[in-house]
This record gives sequence, structure tokens and C-alpha cells, in this order.
Amino acid sequence: MMNFDYVRPASVADAIAAASEKGASYLASGTNLLDLMKGGVSRPSRLVDVTRLPGLDRIERLADGSLRIGALVRNADLAHDAEFARNYPAVAEALLSGASAQLRNAATVGGNLMQRTRCAYFYDAGSACNRRWPGAGCDALKGENRLHAVLGWSEGCIATHPSDFCVPLVGLDAIVEIEGKGGRRELPLEALHRLPGETPERETALERGDLIVALRLPTEAKGFARHARYIKVRERTSYAFAVVSAAASLRIEDGRIRDARLALGGVAAKPWRAREAEQVLAGAAPDAAVYREAARAALSGAKPSGDNAFKIELAQRIVVRALTLAARGTPDRIPALPGSPFSSVAGA
Amino acid sequence: MTVELSLTRDPAHIRHGSNIGQPMTRTDGVLKVTGKARYAADNHPAGMAYAVIATSCIARGRVTALDVTAAKRHPGVIDVMTPAHKPELAEDPDAKGNPFAFRMELLQSDEVRYANQAIAVVIAETLEAATEGAALLSPRYQVEIARVGLDAGEAYAPPVVGIGNPAEVRHGDIDAGMTAATKLTDATYQTPAQYHNAMEPHAMVAVWDGDRLFIDTPSQGMGFAQMRIAGLFGIPPANIHINSPFLGGGFGSKGLISGPQVLGIMAAKLIGRPVKLVLRRSQMYGPVGHRPPTRQRIRIGTDDAGVIAVINHEARVTTSSFDDFYEPAADASHTLYASPAIRTAHEAVRVDTGTPLFMRAPGEATGSIVLESAIDEAAFACGIDPLEFRLKNYAEVEPTTGKPFSSKALRQCYARAAERFGWAGRPLQPKQMRDENGFLVGWGMGTATFPAIMFQGNARAVIRADGKGVMETGAHDMGQGAWTALAQISADSLGVDFDQLTFRSGSSDLPDAGIAGGSGHTATVGAAIHNAGAAVIAKLAELATTDERSPLFGAGNAGVVARGGRLHRRDDDARSESYAEILARAGLAEVDATGSGAADAAAQSQYAMHAHGAVFAEVKVDPELGQIRATRLVGAFAAGRIINPLMVQSQLRGGMIWGLSFALHEEAVMDHRSGRILNANLAEYHVPVNADVPPMEVITVDEHDPHVNPLGIKGVGEIGITGSAGAVANAVFHATGIRVRNFPIKIEEVVMRLG
Repeated sequence: MMNFDYVRPASVADAIAAASEKGASYLASGTNLLDLMKGGVSRPSRLVDVTRLPGLDRIERLADGSLRIGALVRNADLAHDAEFARNYPAVAEALLSGASAQLRNAATVGGNLMQRTRCAYFYDAGSACNRRWPGAGCDALKGENRLHAVLGWSEGCIATHPSDFCVPLVGLDAIVEIEGKGGRRELPLEALHRLPGETPERETALERGDLIVALRLPTEAKGFARHARYIKVRERTSYAFAVVSAAASLRIEDGRIRDARLALGGVAAKPWRAREAEQVLAGAAPDAAVYREAARAALSGAKPSGDNAFKIELAQRIVVRALTLAARGTPDRIPALPGSPFSSVAGA
Repeated sequence: MTVELSLTRDPAHIRHGSNIGQPMTRTDGVLKVTGKARYAADNHPAGMAYAVIATSCIARGRVTALDVTAAKRHPGVIDVMTPAHKPELAEDPDAKGNPFAFRMELLQSDEVRYANQAIAVVIAETLEAATEGAALLSPRYQVEIARVGLDAGEAYAPPVVGIGNPAEVRHGDIDAGMTAATKLTDATYQTPAQYHNAMEPHAMVAVWDGDRLFIDTPSQGMGFAQMRIAGLFGIPPANIHINSPFLGGGFGSKGLISGPQVLGIMAAKLIGRPVKLVLRRSQMYGPVGHRPPTRQRIRIGTDDAGVIAVINHEARVTTSSFDDFYEPAADASHTLYASPAIRTAHEAVRVDTGTPLFMRAPGEATGSIVLESAIDEAAFACGIDPLEFRLKNYAEVEPTTGKPFSSKALRQCYARAAERFGWAGRPLQPKQMRDENGFLVGWGMGTATFPAIMFQGNARAVIRADGKGVMETGAHDMGQGAWTALAQISADSLGVDFDQLTFRSGSSDLPDAGIAGGSGHTATVGAAIHNAGAAVIAKLAELATTDERSPLFGAGNAGVVARGGRLHRRDDDARSESYAEILARAGLAEVDATGSGAADAAAQSQYAMHAHGAVFAEVKVDPELGQIRATRLVGAFAAGRIINPLMVQSQLRGGMIWGLSFALHEEAVMDHRSGRILNANLAEYHVPVNADVPPMEVITVDEHDPHVNPLGIKGVGEIGITGSAGAVANAVFHATGIRVRNFPIKIEEVVMRLG
């Protein structure tokens, strides 16, 4: 068999020490990593199983009104936490629109942040991929790429980040807590994932041995609870990654948008925060014209990386839809088809 | 080894003397839901080793090096089977003995014909060691440019399509039809490559005992498998014992023994130990068949009133570079719509893929979605409701042959499904209907059809001294319910209550039941069972009616009827005798007889035999985002006698869902340069999930067919796909006014053309 060390550290410090060796990889639920190992895409020499580290599976309401989510909290547990869903409804909806029920029951918050792209060429060990093998080239670039990136891509890599969860999070200024050799530090989630540029193999800002221990939602994040939606277009209703998705969070007071947060999924190598669009929205009256202007601003830097020009148009329409639905008000319950454009259809 | 299931039933399910037609639940259901049903890969004979195939990552070229040393050095690896090191075969795996013998890769050379082809087999003490050994082979290749897609090369006219059908069929005067037509629909459609993706991967557990071979493997045709294996290994077919009680789906991919299954047998021979070989999901995209992509041009000419004057249906299909199977897509236009002139023609292009093979409704599915879409286009061009258009062009006889239909309740299917669906009042123009949330709503329909095919099958019937019945037949349950439906026929054929029957099946040691394909298994094996039962009852009747001591004495063979384990006098029901009494007096431990079933050639030459149906679909489309959602499916089908309404509902629903999948989801994505399949897994090869499947209704329309076979069965395995795929596609047009001619319908085709 493919031999590798398997260690199950008792503390975060032990985990970091064990994972600081070249070739080591953290293992949480393995919903992505084990597939990569079976496919020969990833061959770690050591797996550092963090699933039993104490204290990382808690959802804590901090005194300042912020929320701290341990890295080992399961996706399903978080989405079904009633208070969480009430305060951060778009995040809960995004979580429930991802993967399948079985995967959500296993997958962890930290693992979700660290999942790899679903670019088929990255998974296909017989194809050239700069992420897998720096300098090998990118077979996706002139290959089957109708679902690839339209923002922030480079000639070296046109892959997208697959997470639904990260999309509303990046809009809410989520913070990642990291333990590493140099101790504890914090990073905005927006800065965790990197655009490919010249070094597509460097997917995140983490250094060797770094362990995500928690995710924090700042106090203000709750302020968008009344006007928040996640909308995801996909090729089947469940167990499919986004063709394009958008998370819109609005704070509306006296008929004006006081604060707007907008992020897109399925368009870039990272969850894409659309700050230009937020500028357009801030202070404006919520109406269709301003949503369209915001959508244009969000995609202003977009260009097709292949047969995917439609994603630029589709992304703008999804932005308009997400803003429209968010302004209309968060639904009382998370829809039975989370994230689906059809979530409002009776029986759906 | 004989598999024997206990068929004790809940009494509520028993209808004395009348099992056929009852909605019995699966006799093997409890075994399946409790994990006790033993599938091929669940077997672990003593001393078993594991074999793992190393596959090619190029689509065309040669393997120039394999690091066998590294693989063999890996702990646990027993041996590595390569072109240079393998058991001798008695027959060339590229030999073409009969139309069902397809070429397979058994390491006969270093040539690579397609991606995912077997290039070596690593055999080890554990699955993990064999897997790692296969990775350590690190093959090197001499790569040639792969030929990919429908334009990969020069198209040519294939010698035949399907199994022995002419590649071109002409009926009537095409030119005259074109001249007569005042309206012409001329459209070109494309359908994608699809793979069977049965839940259960192909598996082989092989045990050699001298020149006898015992194998556990999923099979839709054990007799064919025996013949092929016998030829390859130079042993008599009777020396090969196949155990195949359950299949986790086959859909045609297990109709013929595949190369990887034979490699498992070779591996066992090489190391002289039992071997198990199971394909990985990704390895099922290549050596076990697929539905090839098609490009179909169809021209339908009508007069102003919408009466069809000509149908000209041309299909281009791909086949492999090294063998010949041609998806008979255009043949779908032979039977459904009346036309004085019909032409169907095929051309083919050779590509670097595995050989395409039968995949549920081969030809019918690819042809139907195109024909039904084009009929919808023609109706629209004439300004006629699609149902009215179909009724106007209803075929009273089979158009291309002029034969009458043995039975055809299609009109009733149209009427009942349309009524149930609420078709009346549908606006003719598209994009007219919205729901309360503003989503576009569309209604579409399609006609379903599938030929009533029979193969050759046998059964053996026994009545034992205790009065109980036994039926034996080497039939195949792919999940469709053969264990149940065939047992129902057996009980009636033997005149015993269901709980007095032992039904043996799923083994090649039993009478050959032919192939479970072409939707003809129940018809074929049912006829064999019926005949075997009738023959053994005739023997019992002979014993009783010629014996003065029997109350049936003098009644004559035809003067008794079997029911509830007794023979009764037809003219005096009170006079009867049990099977046990008859055998006891005759001093016999049992009486047995055999029967066979096959198509009646005389009836076939006289009649066209097809099942029919009508499917109606509703979809909703997001007017800005282009996301499509099917919201209702109603189908009505007439398929002769229904043996078990529950199983039939299940089959038809499964087929209709596949039709939905065909229209909206399913596609194998191949890199156009390398010929590698990029979504060879169930995460990215999209089939509908539960949330995609709308509320469905399936209606079965009574149909008595005295010609098709003694039981009047037409088969329901494949027809559900046909009609449904077109109905969904037509509903998308009706919702949006956008006619997408590339399947599956992708979001970009809709979103970019919506306002």
C-alpha cells in the first residue's frame, strides 16, 4: 500500500510540530483529501489527524457580540444551529447548498476553507497542472473550461475555488485564527486564498505547519441578518458545485442601503469579494437600476478564460437576483432547496 | 452452486392461482435492505488475492516501459501481469467469432486504443498493495495524436447498425415527399457520450480447479459469457460455473463479459490462486461500453394541414478505432409516425475510445430525443398542437414495412396521460405561461416506443412428491425484479401457491435463460417457464387421468386445470386431486419437464411488435438565470401484459428519470486533445439527484396482445427513456421559446438567449 505516517496529536502544539515536516498534511474528515490521495493527486508522507484535538468543536458567542466557530465544527451542525442560522442566514443557506447531506455531516469548517479546486485537470493525474506540478503547464487553459474562472485568473491557472460557505463569509469580513510555529495570528478570510498569478501552486497564505483553529465573525456581521441571501446556479439541484453563486448581505435603514456586502463564488481562485459593487450600493435606494450597476461593477474586471464568457453575464444576473432577494428580506426559514433560484417555488 | 431464495410470502400477497398481475413486493427485498444479498464482490474464497488494473492515461499510442521491478518489490505484491507475462490464451481476444463477440484488451500487445485501457494487472495479498503496485508501474508511452469527437476523421457508411440492422433504410419516394411538402423542418441535433454507471462496478472473483472455472461476476447473459470464456481459455463451456444472483445495475454494460472481467480470470490462472478484481469507478469509463455521441440531421416535410409527407433522419455516430458497433439512432424513425416516404441513414467516424455498446435503449434513446424534438418543431411550424399533430400522423400500420401492429394502444396512452396531465388548453405559442413566482412554465410531450424483442431461453419445472413446485432457470436480476416477476409466472405455470414454490435462478448451472437485454427477459424466460410448467402439468395430468383410481380418470389432458397444487376437472370443479396424491400413487419422487421460449418467427413476419407510450412533462425556467427545473412528469404506457405492476412502475419511473437526465444533465466530458474523460466519477458525471426528480405519475394501459408471445408480454425495461427525454426538451422550448439542439441542455444555451 501507499505508506504514510499517521499521527494523532493530543494538543495543537503537538499537531503543529508534527505537521511542520515536509510532506505532512493535516487530516480532518478527509472528504476532499482522501479522494485526492486515492486519485494519486496528493501523496502526503504524513497525515496529522486533528479531529480529536480538544476544544476546536465549539461555537462560542463572545462578549463583544462576535462569534467564534471552532475549526472542527461540522458543516451540518453549524448550519443547523438555530441561533447561527438566525444571525447569519446566508452563511447557513450557503452551507446547506453545498455537497450532500452525508458530506456535510462529516465535513468540518476548517476543512471547508482548505478544500482544493475541483478543476478536472487538477484531479486528472494524466493532465498538466501548474498547481499539482509547478511549471508543468495548464491543460485547462485551452481545454474543456466552460466552468472555469472569469476573474483573477492567470495564464498559469484558471481554476476556481469550490466553496459555497466561504462566499458569504468573505463578505462578512470573517477572520481566520491560525496557530503556527510562531504562535497565534489572525488573517482576514479574504486574504487566506490566493489568486494564481505566477505561483498557482501556492493556494493559500498558510505556511508549513499552520493550523486553522477557528473562524470568527465580527460583531457587525449580525447586522445583516434581516437582508441576506445566497443564490447558486448549478447543473443539478444538489451535490454539484456552483456554476456561479452570489451572497448578498444588506443593512437597510430608512429606505436606504446603509451597508452592503457582496461576494461571488465559482468565478475565481478565491471567494470573490466585490468591493466596487459595495461602493455602488452604499447609500443608494434599493432598486433594480442600482443592482444592475452594482453587478456591472462587480464583474468589471472579468474576462473569459475559455468557453465561459456566459459566466460573466450569468454572474451579473445572479448578483441582481441575490440583491433583489436580500432587499426583499431574509426568509423565515432556510428554504428546502437552499440557494436554489427555485427556493421560493411551493413544494421545492 | 445453486442459489436458492426462500420465497415465503406475507399471506396478504398471495392470490391463489393468480400470481401474475399482482403487485408483489420484491422477494429479494429483505435480503437487499439487510445486506444479506451477496453480490459478486462480496465473495472471498479461501486464499484469495486481489488484482488491480493499471490503466492507460493516453488514448492512443504504445506503452514503451513499465517499472515491473518497482511494483514487484512492493510488499505484498505477488505478480504483475503484462503483455510479456500472462497466461496463454486459446483464442485471439481480437477475433470476431459472432456478432456479439467484441474485441477486448487482454494484454495481447503494448498498443493503447483508448484512455483507461488496461495495460497491466498487479496481483497482491491486499487491495492496498495491489493498488500501490499499479501506481508504481509508472508507465511510459509513445503517444500518438488522439482522434476525439464526431469530426475526428472521415465519415463512412457502416456495414450494419445495432445488431445486423441495415445502415440505410428507404421507404417510399423521398424526393417526391420533399417536393410534396409545403413546410420543412430541417434541424441538426447533437447528443453526448454517456456511460452506464451502474452502482455496482464490474467485478470478478475467479477460482480455477484444474480446467474447471468457478466465477462470481455480475452478468446479464451467463450463456454468452460461458461461450466467450470457454473460447478464450480453451475449455468446454460446461466447465465454467457462473454465479450471478444479483446485479447492482447493468443497463447493458454487463450484457457481454468485458475485458477487465476476463483479466481477473487470467490473473487467477497466472498465480494459481483465487483472485478478485473490481473496477474502480473511473475504470468503468472505457472498457465496458458506452453510448456514443451522435449528430443527427432530421428533415420532416408536411403539407399545410400538418400531414407528414417525408421523414429523412440521418445520424453520424462514433465507434472505436478497432471494432464495430454503430448506435442505430436514426432507426427511431421507422415505426412511430405515418409517412409515405421515410429514409434513415447512418454514417460513422472512428475515434480513440473504447467500443460503444448497448446502453439502455441503444439507438432508441438517442434517436427518440431527436425525433420527438423535431416532431415538436414540425408541429410548431404548422401551428398545430403537438398532441394533435401526433394523432394526425398516427401510424395505423408500421410505416416502413406496412405490417399491422400485433397490438397498439398508443391512442389510449395519449388520451390518458394528456388527461391526467391537464394538457388541454395549452397555449400553442411558447413563453406564454408563468407561475405565481414569475418563473416561465412549459409543457412538452413525447411519444415512447420500444420493440418487443425476444431471445432464446430455457427453464426446467419440477413437481415434487410433497406437492411443491420448483422452477429453475439461469435468469438475471439486474435490479428490475426478475426474482419476483419470474417467480410469479412460475407459480401460475405450475398451479401452485406462491409459498409452495422454490424458484432457482442466477446461476449458469441452471437452464440457459439467454440474455437480459432488449427489454425481452421477462417475455423470453416467462415463455420458457410457461412452457416448462405446462409440460410438467401435462405429465401429471397424464398420470392422473389414465389411472382408474384417480377422481380425474378419463378427463383427458385437456380436461383438467391446475390450481393451488391440485388438478381439477374442468367440467366438474369438485373432482380434484392434489399433486402429492398423484405422485404418491404413481410411486414417483418427482416429475419434471423442460420448456423453452423464443420469438415466434411466423408471427413476427406477419406483425410489427412494439410497446408504446406517451410522456408529458412540465418544466419551470428562471427567466433571468436560465436554471431549469422539471416539475411534473406523467407517462402512460401500453406494454402488453403486466406481470407485476410494482416492478413495472419502478422500471418505467427509472426510465423516465433517465430521460430527464438525458435532456438536462448527463454527459461524459472528454478533453478534445487528449481523449481523456474528465468527469469519470459520480461527483462530476451528473445524473439527477432526488431533488431533481419531480413528482411523477405512471399509468399502465391495458393491452391484450395475442401474437407477441404466449403470455402477451412486451417488456418495459427501456421504453421509459424514450419519449421522456424529448418531452422534457420540448417543455423547455415551450417555456422559453428557445430550441436547444445540443443535449444535455446547458445553462449557457438558455441564459444567453433569454431576454
